[in-house]
Amino acid sequence: MSQQLKRREFIKISGAGVGGMMAGSGLLQAVDFSNPQTDSEELIERKGTERTATYCEMCFWKCAGWVYKKDGKPWKIVGHAEDPNSNGRFCPRGTGGIGAYTDKDRLKTPLIRVQKNGKQVFRKATWDEAFEYIARKMNIIKEEHGPDCIALFTHGSGGSYFKNLLRGFGSNNVAAPSYAQCRGPREEAYMLTYGEVVGSPERTDMQNSKCIVLLGSHLGENMHNGQVQEFVEAVAGGASVITVDPRFSTAASKSKYWLPIKPATDLALLLAWIHVIIYEELYDKEYVEQYTYGFEQLKASVKHNTPEWAYPITTIKPHLIRETAREMARYAPATLVHPGRHVTWYGDDTQRVRANAILNALLGSWGRRGGFYAPAKAKVKKPQIPDYPEFKRSWRDAFPGKYPLANLAISSGICDATIPTPERDCSFKGWIVYGTNLPLTLPQPEKTYEAIQNLDLLVAVDIMPSEITGWADVVLPECTYLERYDDLRISQGRVPTVALRAPAFKPKYDSKPAYWMDRELSKKLNLQHYFPHETMESYLNERLKSIGSSLEELQQIGVKRLDNLYSLYYLNGEDYTFATASGKIELYSTLLAEAGYDPIPKYKAHEEPPEGYYRLVYGRAPMHTFGRTINNPHLHDLKSENEVWINRKVAELWGIRDGEYIILENQDGKQSNRIKVKVTERIRHDTVYMVHGFGHTDKRMRRAYNKGADDNALISKVHVDPIMGGTGMRGNFVTFKREAA
Amino acid sequence: MKEIEITSGRMNPGIDPVLHAWGWEIPVYLFIGGLVAGILFFSALFFLRGKTEQYPTTVKRAPLLTPIFLAIGLFALFLDLTHKLYFWRLYTTIRLESPMSWGAWTLLIIFPLSVIWSATWFKEIFPEWNWKWSFLNRLDDWFTAYRKVLAWSLIFLSIILGMYTGILLSAFNARPFWNTSILGPLFLVSGLSTGAAAIMLMSKNKAERQIMSKIDISLIGIEIFLIIHLFMGFLASIEVHVQAAELFLGGPYTAVFWTFVFTLGLVVPLIAELLEWRGYHIPVKVPAFLVLIGGLVLRFIVVDAGQTSRWLYKFMQ
Amino acid sequence: MARYAMAIDTKRCVGCTDCVVACQTENNVPVGYCRDWIVEETTGTYPELHMEIRSERCNHCEDAPCVRSCPTSASHYADGGIVLVDHDECIGCKACITSCPYDARFVHPEGYVDKCTFCIHRVKEGKDPACVSVCPTHAMIFGDLEDENSEISEALKTRKHKTLIPEAGTVPHVYYLL
Ligand SMILES: Nc1nc2c(c(=O)[nH]1)N[C@H]1C(S)=C(S)[C@@H](COP(=O)(O)OP(=O)(O)OC[C@H]3O[C@@H](n4cnc5c(=O)[nH]c(N)nc54)[C@H](O)[C@@H]3O)O[C@H]1N2
Ligand SMILES: Nc1nc2c(c(=O)[nH]1)N[C@H]1C(S)=C(S)[C@@H](COP(=O)(O)OP(=O)(O)OC[C@H]3O[C@@H](n4cnc5c(=O)[nH]c(N)nc54)[C@H](O)[C@@H]3O)O[C@H]1N2
Ligand code: SF4
Ligand code: SF4
Ligand code: SF4
Ligand code: SF4
Ligand code: SF4
Ligand SMILES: [Mo]
Repeated sequence: MSQQLKRREFIKISGAGVGGMMAGSGLLQAVDFSNPQTDSEELIERKGTERTATYCEMCFWKCAGWVYKKDGKPWKIVGHAEDPNSNGRFCPRGTGGIGAYTDKDRLKTPLIRVQKNGKQVFRKATWDEAFEYIARKMNIIKEEHGPDCIALFTHGSGGSYFKNLLRGFGSNNVAAPSYAQCRGPREEAYMLTYGEVVGSPERTDMQNSKCIVLLGSHLGENMHNGQVQEFVEAVAGGASVITVDPRFSTAASKSKYWLPIKPATDLALLLAWIHVIIYEELYDKEYVEQYTYGFEQLKASVKHNTPEWAYPITTIKPHLIRETAREMARYAPATLVHPGRHVTWYGDDTQRVRANAILNALLGSWGRRGGFYAPAKAKVKKPQIPDYPEFKRSWRDAFPGKYPLANLAISSGICDATIPTPERDCSFKGWIVYGTNLPLTLPQPEKTYEAIQNLDLLVAVDIMPSEITGWADVVLPECTYLERYDDLRISQGRVPTVALRAPAFKPKYDSKPAYWMDRELSKKLNLQHYFPHETMESYLNERLKSIGSSLEELQQIGVKRLDNLYSLYYLNGEDYTFATASGKIELYSTLLAEAGYDPIPKYKAHEEPPEGYYRLVYGRAPMHTFGRTINNPHLHDLKSENEVWINRKVAELWGIRDGEYIILENQDGKQSNRIKVKVTERIRHDTVYMVHGFGHTDKRMRRAYNKGADDNALISKVHVDPIMGGTGMRGNFVTFKREAA
Repeated sequence: MKEIEITSGRMNPGIDPVLHAWGWEIPVYLFIGGLVAGILFFSALFFLRGKTEQYPTTVKRAPLLTPIFLAIGLFALFLDLTHKLYFWRLYTTIRLESPMSWGAWTLLIIFPLSVIWSATWFKEIFPEWNWKWSFLNRLDDWFTAYRKVLAWSLIFLSIILGMYTGILLSAFNARPFWNTSILGPLFLVSGLSTGAAAIMLMSKNKAERQIMSKIDISLIGIEIFLIIHLFMGFLASIEVHVQAAELFLGGPYTAVFWTFVFTLGLVVPLIAELLEWRGYHIPVKVPAFLVLIGGLVLRFIVVDAGQTSRWLYKFMQ
Repeated sequence: MARYAMAIDTKRCVGCTDCVVACQTENNVPVGYCRDWIVEETTGTYPELHMEIRSERCNHCEDAPCVRSCPTSASHYADGGIVLVDHDECIGCKACITSCPYDARFVHPEGYVDKCTFCIHRVKEGKDPACVSVCPTHAMIFGDLEDENSEISEALKTRKHKTLIPEAGTVPHVYYLL
């Protein structure tokens, strides 16, 4: 660790006062403030329109579509009619994807952190220098601590190549925030109950549902495309929607019932519903009889969970709990109690989603029309690569005895295990971060910063100068999805499909696709045997040949539909063995019992906001994906900052006016950036709400910088799910402060 | 309770959060239009009534300013255009439904008339004057012979010009505050009043100032009456009109309007002129000056308030 | 003669703003400007609330004050009753802007006044306007009111609907299905 930097500083373009100092550092050129690059130089001038197949990377729904150019210039992106994820229609983020390409604030060249005049700055580097640097550091870490002390955080298509590289290198520590900060509890809860996960896109048969129950899921704001389309189809067809949300969401406005629940009490409501459905004998008796395990225990367990019991907890009136339970039963099995997606709320999330899974089982909706279907997925062989070396240690070893039922690596856990403790013999020393902006993504950002201080190597692969890049030793600029090939999109759905992403444009600036980066880096690490294909074209062509297709064909058609050999609805009396310990749908979970957790969910009260404080909850705005789209010129134009939603009466109490800017301060004294107030009837009095992803602190994102507030900065407390390590992030309380004059 | 929110970040420049299509140019143009209309009206009127020598400033001198004023007004209008190179398109069609169109045409016609009218008085004002070319002298003689026709045309056109400055705005139903038939007469009367005030300022003849002051007193009286009616009309109308009136009754325009336009621009000059009438000595320039300023501020406020008042999206303010 | 119109299904619209982005990219509307926009209107008090979501744009009024007030004929009725601005005739006097009760127009940075065209360039090719064609929830219907059997005529026959500020007397041709 020769020229180890003392302490990693967040590198940003300095304010006006010290701006001059940066001039020679190469950073200014690297982010190109002065000479906005014109599109025309990059593009072959051509007349007329042409289109290129792609699948969208603006979020993780991965809709397939076409990129259009007019006279050689970028024009528009539209959905692919044959694609089940989009049905030919993109969401605003997908349509605005062209802005990801044209954004002039993009990362432009590789950057390496250096010390200059006592200040840490980025130096523009060649790709070779960057790879050389990374390989050297990786080898040092391998020698001193072992290869498994390097971890990969990934969220996005190109992460798979880094995963391949890292596994070849000897580490299987690969984590995505989509597990422990997102749908991990859901997948584990369904796994425990049905022996299968819900997966993405969700295997919900919403287009055929007659009754839809949404707990939190704010469809319409959560703009997962195909799902919103199905939801609206169902609503237009007259489906009865029951929305449980402390906020009058878009979905709530389309609902027959809006239950403005007291946050953190959903499990009590679910148990009360289960109670009504069991004790009013509204459940699907044959289904329960044939497919489930543990009904009697369940019945006994929820005996006292009456609507009257739930009322003071949830604030939902008993008659409404009964009425909505009967409504669900009326339409069963075409009743879908949506399993949610971002479910890491309060730390008891696996149990809450278990209750949700159990409710679906009682209604008989799993494996039935209008409930959950059996997803199909195209099988397309991957070219053979050599076996990976044996992994000596895994992320699990960092937490002996904890999170026994986690099936995937816990991103926040890797972060924890980077901060040395006396008990642990090795902490993580190197991070490769692909397409995830950890400071805004992992709760308790202070902890993330502390972990970062303990790293010997931090590589950030991104398209934008996101916050994480400001902490990196090496920044690798990836080209956007519109400028590259990626692996085939093979996602689950009613029909198996294969979709291609081909480059519509040449990579701008000195950006490169991740595949190329990994192949080059593999050469420096003597791992090139894991990257046998020189180009993505040849890799894709080989893959496609295995299903009798070719790259050429996919370039023409964009999406290939295959036949589904199985029926979507498979539990209409057919015999079926579930992949659970009992072979049945486990209302009573044997695994949980073995591991010492409640085999049947039990409600436990959560902490309440102290006097003068309000529970902070967050969500999505339809035109943005987390923080990644805020700087996109088109999407920024639609929403440039977030607001904090405050109930009208509360605002009056505090004398806060609509549209004024305030500061939020949480229970630990953490303060937010200034944020505009939205005074509204649309939220409970004990809760405030904001859209996640705003409040960027990196000045290199000139549009997004300093606009709105970051909810994550206020999430200094987490409630970790003991079962699988998910980080419950909604146990934080805020109060209102005036802006300092 | 009603919450309305534009969630797509609509922020079209000049439109949101409050309409600001017209800046200072249009009020200046409207003020000058009214002022010129007033001067030309009185000039023609007194000429026709044979008072040319009794009130020489009114008939002869004041009109000399009108071509200059009109040029400034037209230039202001030109500055307001955002697609200036296409200015000439105004004069390729006549669109009677468009007050902009017939306003532009009225100006175009009244402009040469005002030049001619002034020119015919040149030799009388400056006895030394001689048009350089003989054809000009002949033209002068010819027009001077037809002064009566000129005067009648001027009366007609100045009334149109004066009304037009008000009707331009009241034709815009979309702006609740402009959407009243009182604006036309109000601007006409205010234009005449500013015209009278301008003459008072220029005149050195006591009798002339007095007759103008007398006229002005009645004009101001009418204006006050019209303004009261304007607000009563709004308050008796539908919600958007009530809200438009409220801009002046407790809203953002309250102070400026009631202080500068109503009090200093109307009531104070009225009292001053009445007192002078009763024989108190008050320098005539004071009320005249106040009337002019009041007229200008009135147009600024009306143009601005009209744009502030809207049918939809009032929440954005 | 066709009479083009649009119907926006407020039951389907989720206010996602895709129609706004699609209009920007299709029509090269400069960033910072928009020809269409989303309005969320909430009525009631907690917890008895109702919300209507609307995608709004120029209403292509039958009796369009913008056309009436235009001194140059730049604003005019085109085929099918579509209200258009001829860029080369517009002098930028903004009379049309102040005359539109819906604030549907704006001054394009190049000087002329701009607004929704009902995507006449696409309509001529037999396609739906861009916003209609992308809407993920199929909340928008575009078509010809003269054609009894068009989807839009059907929708207006069978569904309750309204127009915006009918009392302004403009006779809008963008309808909101309730
Ligand atoms: N436009 C857009 N769409 C997206 C994304 C995006 O970034 N942008 N991200 C995608 C991803 S990765 C995910 S995981 C999903 C997340 O989207 P969802 O799975 O829908 O996320 P939730 O956290 O359930 O939704 C937030 C809602 O929960 C409500 N809420 C808060 N606390 C409680 C509570 O205690 N009980 C109940 N019942 N409701 C509560 C909030 O008021 C808000 O309406 O969205 C996906 N879709
Ligand atoms: N406080 C708080 N934390 C949350 C959430 C929340 O709602 N509130 N939501 C949670 C959920 S549900 C999830 S799924 C996660 C999501 O967390 P992340 O996936 O980290 O989401 P983003 O913040 O969008 O970060 C994505 C990063 O990828 C970069 N990027 C975009 N496209 C590309 C590309 O093509 N290549 C590369 N290399 N990089 C690219 C972007 O510039 C950005 O820096 O966050 C979780 N964390
Ligand atoms: S849902 Fe929208 S952002 Fe996500 S992949 Fe589809 S089009 Fe892209
Ligand atoms: S695209 Fe459709 S659903 Fe989205 S806002 Fe526009 S009309 Fe509504
Ligand atoms: S909405 Fe406005 S711009 Fe469109 S036709 Fe009607 S008045 Fe004219
Ligand atoms: S701005 Fe252009 S379109 Fe509008 S009224 Fe004036 S000339 Fe006509
Ligand atoms: S019809 Fe065309 S121009 Fe009008 S809003 Fe839709 S996309 Fe824009
Ligand atoms: Mo997520």
